[in-house]
Amino acid sequence: MAKQSTSLRTYALTRLGLALPMVLLLLTLVFILMRVAPGDPISAALGGRLPAEELARRRAAAGYDRSLVVQYFDYLGDVARGDFGQTISDNRSVTGLIVQNGAATLELTLVAMLIAVGVGTLVGLVSGRLRDTPADAAGRLFGIVIYAAPIFFLGFLAQLVFGKWLGLLPTSGRASPVVVFTMDSPTNLFIVDALIGGDMEALGDVLRHLVMPATTLGLVIGGVFIRLVRVNVLQTLQGDYVEAARARGVRERHVVFRHAFKNALVPVITVMGLQFALLLSGAILTEQTFNWPGLGSELVRYLDNRDYIAVQGIITFVALVVVVVSMLIDLINAWVDPRVRYA
Amino acid sequence: MRTLRRPTHRAAPGAVGRRGAAGLGRLFGPVRDARGMAKWVLWIGLGITVLFIVLAVFAPLVAPYDFDQYRNAEGIRFGKQAPPSAAHLFGTNVLSTDVLSRVIFGSRTALTVVVIAVVFALAVGLPLGLISGYFGHKLDRVLVLVMDALFAFPYLLLAIVIAFLLSETIGRGVMSAAVAIAVVYIPQYFRVVRNHVISVREEPYVEAARALGARPRTIIVRYVLFNVIQTVPVIATLNAADAILTLAALGFLGYGIQPTDAAEWGYDIQRAIADAGSGIWWTGLWPGVAIVLLVTGLTLLGEGLNDVLNPVLRRRRIERVDLPSREARVLEPGGEA
Repeated sequence: MAKQSTSLRTYALTRLGLALPMVLLLLTLVFILMRVAPGDPISAALGGRLPAEELARRRAAAGYDRSLVVQYFDYLGDVARGDFGQTISDNRSVTGLIVQNGAATLELTLVAMLIAVGVGTLVGLVSGRLRDTPADAAGRLFGIVIYAAPIFFLGFLAQLVFGKWLGLLPTSGRASPVVVFTMDSPTNLFIVDALIGGDMEALGDVLRHLVMPATTLGLVIGGVFIRLVRVNVLQTLQGDYVEAARARGVRERHVVFRHAFKNALVPVITVMGLQFALLLSGAILTEQTFNWPGLGSELVRYLDNRDYIAVQGIITFVALVVVVVSMLIDLINAWVDPRVRYA
Repeated sequence: MRTLRRPTHRAAPGAVGRRGAAGLGRLFGPVRDARGMAKWVLWIGLGITVLFIVLAVFAPLVAPYDFDQYRNAEGIRFGKQAPPSAAHLFGTNVLSTDVLSRVIFGSRTALTVVVIAVVFALAVGLPLGLISGYFGHKLDRVLVLVMDALFAFPYLLLAIVIAFLLSETIGRGVMSAAVAIAVVYIPQYFRVVRNHVISVREEPYVEAARALGARPRTIIVRYVLFNVIQTVPVIATLNAADAILTLAALGFLGYGIQPTDAAEWGYDIQRAIADAGSGIWWTGLWPGVAIVLLVTGLTLLGEGLNDVLNPVLRRRRIERVDLPSREARVLEPGGEA
């Protein structure tokens, strides 16, 4: 027992050591990307709207007249201190923006991931168990077509059918204006806020707003899980231990559920982590389609305003999250599957 | 059959023609032999893809109007958001342009951008992967780290930012969209090629070539590249499918191609989102269907090629074997069993 825990700790430390250069690299990439753009952030956002002297004064105040090397280390220092700067266009703190709008994105993506895993495993298991039957063909086709559908197209169809024609669900925003203004939101996660406040009406409103965006995003990501789970079921059903279980006279139901399905689901954890980048990309589109006030829609808005500081802050944050998530997934994997640790 | 399909690395020096023919045979032989589901997947995918290529090439002939035409020959303006009719089979959109014509011209934009993007990605990813995988050491480590960083990053975020920066410098055109998309796929080619090279590098025939004193350049081009390149058609097709989606996403977010320059499906759907609230379905449905069809077609083509070209997955028709039933054997204890 003791030996096992040390090896997990060693693995965690090694993995952490590997994450640091990755962070540095990503930050450098972000910095280079944002400095490739013509001009400095101040002139890009405010050029033409201010007299030249005022522009120069502001540039100097923000430190954009210094050398790139100095600016680079300045940037690294700011990030290390958790300071992502102030937006130019509306003078918000980027950190505050990340907390507020990031919570909206977090709520959306978490629920979407649940839906993706749920739909993906269900369809994948059925499809894999009933290989080469019409059910399997339907499952595979669904997986391919859903992956081929752009999120915003599914969103358009959902808004048309469930929003307009059936009039069942709201098509935009996180909650009705009344709820947004009256509800206390200490966490910015509206579901949690409504539960804390014990306001069931608000909870219903929030959930109704969440259904379409989360399902749209979840279904598209779910396509990946369908394929994965199906292939895994096919493989595990051919495994020696499944054959052995059958030979021992274990009931078929038991063989399928306990022996095959359980093992087929292990890689889902890893793939959940791998889908993280896809999930964030999808969130940008979902937010834009459903007017969801998350980080993605803010990013697009700040890009339109040429607010490089806000853009740089948001992508820096995303870069950090990417590294942390990939590290967490590796650690979970090492914990679940001891073979990873010894590799 | 097998010996016929493996001669690339044994071909006599200078037999370029023969080597090319063998490469094609390698691709088309298994396609001919394909059976069952793989065959159907392949042919349906090919059919859809070819349909869109034809539409793209002959767009001006097939489409009833120009992609930005909003009045007819007599100068009378088309209806705004007019429902489908004989004059406009798919209706018109908010800019009074014909939806059908925009869908047809959109296939031209999509295929042009995607082909350029895939060529770009391949042109950068393939050589880097070959060099990184073959030489290894520090260069390999640095490249792997950079590519992993790019790969882990949300692809759309990367594409948007690059498309945005390019639009500030070279303008919003086919080229900037293609480059933004290519950057997303370079790490994939790099990874696949590099990993393949690493396994091929240790093969006896590469070692033999090295022992004979062949230069690294010769070994890479003549022995490694020709073994690695077989995986490229499959990845390129699947990437092309994905790239169609990325282009549409860029267009949807307003970082694709300048709307006045070309018809683009993603941009059309973005304009159509507002229509959904008024129950106008034809402006968003058709561009969306076009995307789904083309992406599905390319995916099926890629999957079909993979099933057919990858010997591990290849399934040929299996002859049914009839064993005597258990009861029959029990009843005949003196039988041959």
